[in-house]
Amino acid sequence: MLRYILWRIAVMVPTLIIISALVFTIIELPPGDYFESYIAELRAQGEGVDMEQIEALRKEYGFDQPAVLRYVYWVGGMLQGDFGYSFEYQLPVSEVVGDRLWLTILVSFFTIAFTWIIAFPIGIYAATHQYSWGDYGLSLVGLIGIAVPNFMLALILMYFANIWFGTSIGHLMDQKYLSEPMSWEKAKSILEHIWIPVVIIGAAGTAGMIRRLRANLLDELQKQYVVTARAKGLPPTKTLLKYPLRMALNFFISDIGSILPAIISGAEITAIVLSLETTGPMLIKALQSQDMYLAGSFLMFLAFLTVIGVLISDLALAILDPRIRLQGRSTK
Amino acid sequence: MTSGADLLRVEGLRITFSVLGGDVNAVRGASFRILPGKVTALVGESGSGKSAISQAIMGILPTVAKVSGRVLFNDPKAAGPVELLALEPDGREIHEIRGARISKIFQEPMTSLSPLHTIGNQISEVLQIHTEADGAERRQRTEQLLGYVGFGDPKRAYDMYPFELSGGMRQRAMIAMALICRPALLIADEPTTALDVTVQAQILQLLRELQAKMNMAMLLITHDLGVVANMADEVVVIYHGEVVEAGPVDAIFRNPQHPYLKGLMAAVPHFDMKPGERLKALREVPVKAGTLIGGEAKRASGPDILVSVRNLSKTFTTRSSGWFGGDEESRHRAIDHVSFDIRRGECLGLVGESGCGKTTVSKILMRAVTPDSGSITFDEGEGPVDVLKLDGAELKALRSKIQMVFQDPVSSLSPRMTVKNILSEPLEIHGRGTPLSRVETVRSLLQAVGLDQRFINRYPHSFSGGQRQRIGIARALALLPQLLICDEPVSALDVSVQAQILNLLKDLQKELGLTMLFISHNLAVVDYMADRIAVMCAGRIVELAPREVLMRDPVHPYTKSLLAAVPYPDLDRKLDFDSLQRSGGSDQRQWGAQFSDGGEKDALSPAHLGGGHYVLARKSVDARELRS
Repeated sequence: MLRYILWRIAVMVPTLIIISALVFTIIELPPGDYFESYIAELRAQGEGVDMEQIEALRKEYGFDQPAVLRYVYWVGGMLQGDFGYSFEYQLPVSEVVGDRLWLTILVSFFTIAFTWIIAFPIGIYAATHQYSWGDYGLSLVGLIGIAVPNFMLALILMYFANIWFGTSIGHLMDQKYLSEPMSWEKAKSILEHIWIPVVIIGAAGTAGMIRRLRANLLDELQKQYVVTARAKGLPPTKTLLKYPLRMALNFFISDIGSILPAIISGAEITAIVLSLETTGPMLIKALQSQDMYLAGSFLMFLAFLTVIGVLISDLALAILDPRIRLQGRSTK
Repeated sequence: MTSGADLLRVEGLRITFSVLGGDVNAVRGASFRILPGKVTALVGESGSGKSAISQAIMGILPTVAKVSGRVLFNDPKAAGPVELLALEPDGREIHEIRGARISKIFQEPMTSLSPLHTIGNQISEVLQIHTEADGAERRQRTEQLLGYVGFGDPKRAYDMYPFELSGGMRQRAMIAMALICRPALLIADEPTTALDVTVQAQILQLLRELQAKMNMAMLLITHDLGVVANMADEVVVIYHGEVVEAGPVDAIFRNPQHPYLKGLMAAVPHFDMKPGERLKALREVPVKAGTLIGGEAKRASGPDILVSVRNLSKTFTTRSSGWFGGDEESRHRAIDHVSFDIRRGECLGLVGESGCGKTTVSKILMRAVTPDSGSITFDEGEGPVDVLKLDGAELKALRSKIQMVFQDPVSSLSPRMTVKNILSEPLEIHGRGTPLSRVETVRSLLQAVGLDQRFINRYPHSFSGGQRQRIGIARALALLPQLLICDEPVSALDVSVQAQILNLLKDLQKELGLTMLFISHNLAVVDYMADRIAVMCAGRIVELAPREVLMRDPVHPYTKSLLAAVPYPDLDRKLDFDSLQRSGGSDQRQWGAQFSDGGEKDALSPAHLGGGHYVLARKSVDARELRS
């Protein structure tokens, strides 16, 4: 097992290298670079362009060098914690992202917790009461959750949150705390605001998870070992919790791998509508303006989260499921 | 017959399943009794309602089932009879009976145990539910019982997971789970159907012993009349949800009354059949293979030996890992220097227990698995062909000459293809005929296997298991192969259908002059089908002989133990459990010194005993010594 863990971690290295090459290629693919977009923008606004200054910047950031060399500089910098320089904000990327990253993680964490807390009991209820009114009702709510676009839900919730609770519209905190350092008041304000994005971003995921948990559990409930447990005289609730639910957990855990990046990257539109101080809107803007270091760092961050998520779910599965832990991999 | 003497009385039991499109009457007014301390066998085919009855007794029927009638349980340890069906479903009383007073073991020991919990956990859970015993006592009692049901190291077994155990050991764990509270009634639902024949004999012996020792009653649900003859005191025969015959085992076997029971007895292949005697299938299928083009004329010529297999070996590597990196690579010899010939027009039977390598041999013949070493020569009269060296167009041509019939008629047919698609696909792949002529071929194929031509546009799900297997046979015949490999073609079928398929294969072989390799774990079936029989054990052919010789005069201890382990549907030939124990089955150490390689490589070679009878033995040993 220890060897398995080490092996899994070792495999992450080539994976990340391949991803970084892909990310770099994608960012390089569109013709031109940030400076060309910048020039075009300035010209469109009717302002003069100081070509010399731009040429100097180009040189300074190595844009005149071949792509392979730039890739090596970029990766090398990231390894030392230097994520490059955002041309748009004229700040190092790490400073631009800074706070936003933590807020994003906070929102994501609450969203995952929300998803699980809601999805678990509802999924179990729907599976054990298949084709009952409760099942149909919850399924309907769930389907609405999947079908309604997030941004629309965002608009509706914002409106009612303002009317009923007087919560200010948009942002993750009251406007006045926006540029202030962290304080108790600010933290309180964040908690007051955070439930709106959590509900919105979590809605579709929760609904999807309910459907999957229900389907998985229904499959497991048919299995012979459930009948065995009943034949032992085990009461239904205990049977459910000990056997089929435990089996259905497997898919839950393998979900962790995809849930992390999905929540962080899937929430961009909601974040724009709500003008949240998360990373999503920034990523989109960076991609639009070809702010290459910022966009690249973001994409790498997402990839890293995916790889970590998959690692966590693989290890958790190995711990939970003796078949994965003890049964050897066979080769033909 | 007073109700006080019966342990369990089932009176007028009706079970209806409401499914889409109406109700299905699974059980229609069944009545029977179970005597205390006796084994009552409930015999019937799949779908006859026998499992539903057992579920009704335990109150674990699915919710879509509606039950009426009475089930009286007269527990010797309780005050008086209890009406089980009147108890509140999932109430306290029924929970106290389930698992403690009435318990059940199931057919499939793999799926009946949770793969995520250790067997010790699952067994001691019964004690936790029904007794006050604390953790240490539970563990101690569980280990004691595990040792009793045949685990060599119960302390270790307690912490093992089901997938770490063989099928037979899992079933032993299952039995321990059912018996730990010493129930008054044990329901055994096809307890040995999924097991190999020697393991089946061991499990039956264990059940018999425990039943006698604990003086408990047993309801044995089975379709195998051989098991019934060896185990039962009383027999209840059920057909389409109705009890058609019931009584003591002697009366049932010596003087069967109901036509269904008589038919069932005639449909089972047994070892005393005269050469040329046919099984009487309950529903016979007429065969008209004459319309298939080609046929005998082409096959009559050519050399005597169609396929020649020499020194075939294949090793699989498995790796298992422990918690702390204790990875160990184990090399498993799936087949080990296997050599045999298949003669033109004969049926060669290949017998062995699961995992002995018989399916691997068939896969290598089909070129689905590549062997490590050895050679296969295929000769249809146009010069010998080295099968293992073919590729490209030649390999494709060979594939049309060797076809296969699979074990599971459900999963071997695509549910998304009509019969027409299924049967014409091989013709399309090999570019035979035009679309129009292919339909004609499909029609004649259906006729050949006795299926109505109107079925041509149906999907597999609308056929029964036997019909599906006939479609599988028709598909294998579509290309008019030289060699037909049948891998356990009847293991998944009911006894009555089994006879039908066996007769069909026999007739087709005769009419088309087919050569067959017939793989099965069931000696009686192979005996019925084959001209010569090869017995495989642990990847090696241990004995090969003409059918009559092998059955009458087996030499190898493994063959002997296989033959001894087959339960006969005959009260005068019961299993001899004691001699079974001694012969040891596939355990090499129990074989005589002349048959054991003693861990040396290449110590064994086939010895010829005359008349085409080969036995794997030590090179130095004389033929006469082997017979001792």
